[in-house]
Amino acid sequence: MAGVLAWRNLTHDLSRFIVTMVGVVFAVVLIAMELGLYQGFTTSTTTVIRHTNADLWIMAKGTRNFEITVPIHDRELYAAKSLECVDRAEGLVTQFVPWKKPGGGDESVFLVGFDLNSGLAGPWNLVDGDLEDLRRSDSIVVDHIYADKLGVSGIGDRVEINRHRARIVGMTQGIRSFTTSPWVFTAARTAQRMGNFEASDWNYVLVDVEPGCDPVRVQATLKAILPEADVHSVDELAALTRDYWVFTTGAGASVLVSAILGVVVGVVIVAQVLYATTVDHLTEFGTLRAMGAPSGFIYRVILGQAVISATIGHLFGISIAMALAEASETGTVLVVVSPAMAAWLFLLTLAMCVAAAVVSIRKAMRIDPAMVFQR
Amino acid sequence: MSMKPAIQAEEVSLIYGQGATAVHALDRVDLSLASGEMLALMGPSGSGKTSLLMVLGGLLRPTLGRVQVQGIALDPLSETERARLRLSHMGFVFQHYNLFPALTALENVQLALELKGYPLDGADTLLAEVGLAPRRHGYPRQLSGGEKQRVAIARALAGDPSILLADEPTAALDTEHGMAVVELLRRIAREEGRAVVMVTHDPRVTRMADRVVSIADGRILQ
Ligand SMILES: Nc1ncnc2c1ncn2[C@@H]1O[C@H](COP(=O)(O)OP(=O)(O)O)[C@@H](O)[C@H]1O
Ligand SMILES: [Mg+2]
Repeated sequence: MAGVLAWRNLTHDLSRFIVTMVGVVFAVVLIAMELGLYQGFTTSTTTVIRHTNADLWIMAKGTRNFEITVPIHDRELYAAKSLECVDRAEGLVTQFVPWKKPGGGDESVFLVGFDLNSGLAGPWNLVDGDLEDLRRSDSIVVDHIYADKLGVSGIGDRVEINRHRARIVGMTQGIRSFTTSPWVFTAARTAQRMGNFEASDWNYVLVDVEPGCDPVRVQATLKAILPEADVHSVDELAALTRDYWVFTTGAGASVLVSAILGVVVGVVIVAQVLYATTVDHLTEFGTLRAMGAPSGFIYRVILGQAVISATIGHLFGISIAMALAEASETGTVLVVVSPAMAAWLFLLTLAMCVAAAVVSIRKAMRIDPAMVFQR
Repeated sequence: MSMKPAIQAEEVSLIYGQGATAVHALDRVDLSLASGEMLALMGPSGSGKTSLLMVLGGLLRPTLGRVQVQGIALDPLSETERARLRLSHMGFVFQHYNLFPALTALENVQLALELKGYPLDGADTLLAEVGLAPRRHGYPRQLSGGEKQRVAIARALAGDPSILLADEPTAALDTEHGMAVVELLRRIAREEGRAVVMVTHDPRVTRMADRVVSIADGRILQ
């Protein structure tokens, strides 16, 4: 009957129950959205890195993130190409460049110039056009998300990039930038020209290791023969980039702080409403104690209330958060609520509810049964 | 009939608080009650009736003196042991019923049965005994005061306790319903052989008791 009493105590007064649930659901949504924003931010910082087919990245020594590098040269490219166990190695050009909107006004974009033949890098969500069209000089691919921002509407639009003429030949959907500069994909040679690079200048060399070879050994060899460069695995570069944006920039710090505050505020709200559900029924716990009910029974009722609140609150809260996250996929701010996060959040919600219940149990056990006789 | 009393209090004194603010709620109270006997505890408000009831029920430790329940001395028992003793030997009836508002009449009685380790199907019989079988699925807020108090008595009878302690069970009821409740308690004492202590300050109620004990300022008046 402890479970029955827990359930009835919660649901008997429907409006009270709704208030409690709104509290827990709000806390879950708040925490999920804040963590989802953080997750979305960190995902966005590494999304282009993650979508390449390379095992290893070669770059200038001391590079701290994907976006800001000094060029390296053909020497690194050919060193990699000539190495045993290297299947493919190609240069990648990445540059912030000014963008002149067709209707007037300036924006900044992040240009990514990739090798069209190797398939090691490039846009992955093309919805309009054909990547083959990038072989024509001056052609570029942009994302639908940023069409308005960049003042374009689709294929065929002409713009000016860093004083070079450019033409849109393809549109992607959902390749989101976490900076204010949208990604613009183009062929490596076009990017070199638009960025005023030498034909031998690259920002990265992407290396694909032959199947059956150990990427770690190839990485060690490359490090040995290229002491002037850094050689990272995809995971290392992603972690480097993510940590750079999260920990050393204001943007990352504010997202991180919001996430932490979200958790704190959520915990406080849940503690409040859960504590209140016990206090609401204090007289009844006093009655139970006067009757001689064992403490274990009272614990079970209060913990039962906590588990029920956590389960229902999480179910509704995470559904709302997942719907919001899905809606964010076409917006400029990405919120990621993964199943793993949902599962962790359930444990967190449960822990919050149980912790709040444990605090209120002390209150219920300290109540003087005399109160039952004297009201 | 066994001569051993169901409840025995000897030289019981109770002082709330300490020093200047101390209240002498009970002063050397002696009281003994046999099985099958209904005792009415009379006295003005603040005279110590509730305090005495709580001491007899093991809810409060007396400052001085001894209490025995069915021959078991309460003094050496721990809180947990007292709770177990209440559960196995006592039923409580409160002035404000103290039913669980979220449970039906039947479930209120079932809860007590479960706590006392009895099968839940006894609840129907207990509610029938207090004349409430037809109302068993009603929630407390749907029941009248008299009905609520009868549910409370059925709940107190769960687990077949040998002692029933009732604190002003009729105070919130009108005369008619109050008398019906007292009638019920008397039947429970006489026919079922339980010891019943009923606190009241209603003289009409006391006429139906086997014995009346008056208390004033924490002392029993002879
Ligand atoms: N918890 C308490 N702390 C201090 N004084 C109390 C407490 N409970 C009761 N009293 C005092 O003890 C006396 C007896 O109270 P009580 O047993 O409730 O009397 P009754 O039930 O006859 O009205 C009163 O003076 C009351 O104010
Ligand atoms: Mg009283």
